[in-house]
Amino acid sequence: MLLIHCPYCEETLPEAEFTYAGQAHVIRPENPSGQTDDQWEEFLFIRANPKGPHYERWRHFHGCGRFFNAVRDTVSDKFLTTYKAGAPRPDLSSLTEGLK
Amino acid sequence: MTHFSAFSLLKNALTGHKAWTEQWPDSQPKKEYDVIIVGAGGHGLGAAYYLATQHGITNIAVIDKGWLGGGNTGRNTTIIRSNYLYDESAKLYDHAVDLWENLSQELNYNVMYSRRGVLMLAHNVHDVQSFKRHIHANRLNGVDNRWLTTQECKDYCPPLNISPNARYPVMGGALQERAGTARHDAVAWGYARGAAMRGVDIIQNCAVTAIRRNADGSVAGVETAKGFIKAKKVAVSAAGHTSVVMETAGVRLPLESYPLQALVSEPVKPIFPCVVMSNAVHAYISQSDKGELVIGSGTDQYTSYSQRGGLPLIEHTVAAITEVFPIFNRMRMLRKWGGIVDVTPDRSAIISKTPVEGLYVNCGWGTGGFKATPGAAHTFAWTIAKNEPHPINAPFTMERFRTGRLIDEAAAAAVAH
Repeated sequence: MLLIHCPYCEETLPEAEFTYAGQAHVIRPENPSGQTDDQWEEFLFIRANPKGPHYERWRHFHGCGRFFNAVRDTVSDKFLTTYKAGAPRPDLSSLTEGLK
Repeated sequence: MTHFSAFSLLKNALTGHKAWTEQWPDSQPKKEYDVIIVGAGGHGLGAAYYLATQHGITNIAVIDKGWLGGGNTGRNTTIIRSNYLYDESAKLYDHAVDLWENLSQELNYNVMYSRRGVLMLAHNVHDVQSFKRHIHANRLNGVDNRWLTTQECKDYCPPLNISPNARYPVMGGALQERAGTARHDAVAWGYARGAAMRGVDIIQNCAVTAIRRNADGSVAGVETAKGFIKAKKVAVSAAGHTSVVMETAGVRLPLESYPLQALVSEPVKPIFPCVVMSNAVHAYISQSDKGELVIGSGTDQYTSYSQRGGLPLIEHTVAAITEVFPIFNRMRMLRKWGGIVDVTPDRSAIISKTPVEGLYVNCGWGTGGFKATPGAAHTFAWTIAKNEPHPINAPFTMERFRTGRLIDEAAAAAVAH
């Protein structure tokens, strides 16, 4: 059971309260009709899928209901941090520094 | 290598089974190969076997970071079926079932393919309508599948609870009688033996760290834990780690890797005659020849490479199983494990050339790669040897995510496979 910190509720709660919502910081194109097929493929289907720290979205479904972002290590499943939607992407080196 | 027969069994019995020889040598890498296959699971070893037997290419290495068959080949719930909705999938999976039927004879190795039937339970009106649609589509494609009433389901699988008051009432089911199970380890071993017999090197415990490319962009070979190995062609069949390996060649794929869990009970006497799947409650169950109940579920909700998965999912699956089969509610579970599956957005596989000359990929099997092993291996070998897809895997290219010509089994089943 993962324990996840909701940055809105300021509480660390069990995984069962949350739903996973895929890779974070995937930016919707500003001018959809101007996109090429390659750009659409990239936006819709291509994902980072890293073995290591992963920027991802979660939703506190059975709590405040809000989406937020997280950085989680996909090898250990350990959360490095969670932060509010719209906040800038945290620098990875500062997060992994804390683990040492 | 020993040919297995009643005679060889008898002969070895007389010498106390001490004269059996090894099934394949523990090969060390050569400097150069015609084809390097990354990943020694059923799919990779099978591709090597078909390259050697059907395309005359034997200067092959199959390289794995662990033991052969130690990844998803040895972690799945061994279910084989081909009752997929779309024409493209029906052809691919039924091609695999055709090959399963004769696989033990072809490999001279008992893969214990058992046509015990796969029954998919309908628990609500939507299930009934959707399964009947599947049955009609399957029959038009020549894939066997038929409808069973509630009582017929009970007759086919006596441990089933068909009480109208059940939490998950059984409103009928779709039965594919040609479907069943096979022994997953034996599939990897049989292909490994068949390939090694024809000169294929199987290199275990040697991780491929990167794919190296020539100045003109074509594939040069692979960097491994035992140094650089040159190759004319590189074929990646690395399941959950495919995107990690392909990224080193600059190829990005529409894949996400999720843990998929399974568990087995203590072994008991034969009680469960078939395979039962329930998409609505997302649990699968069968009984192995050893007597263990083999139970599978859906993937965890988050991507991970941990080969472990979370306990809430196991609890959900076991809760569903004990509702549908109350007879098992005091059964003790022995162990559980996870495998990392690579899932595509449309839940159909990719068996394809890549933008890199000489680089091929077989991936995206998600939660249902085992059943396709012989078919995937056979068409992948064809694609590698001829540098063009076999008609059966031609729709399963990676370009479909650009053209939009998806094979949307995700929408067809509303669950992963």
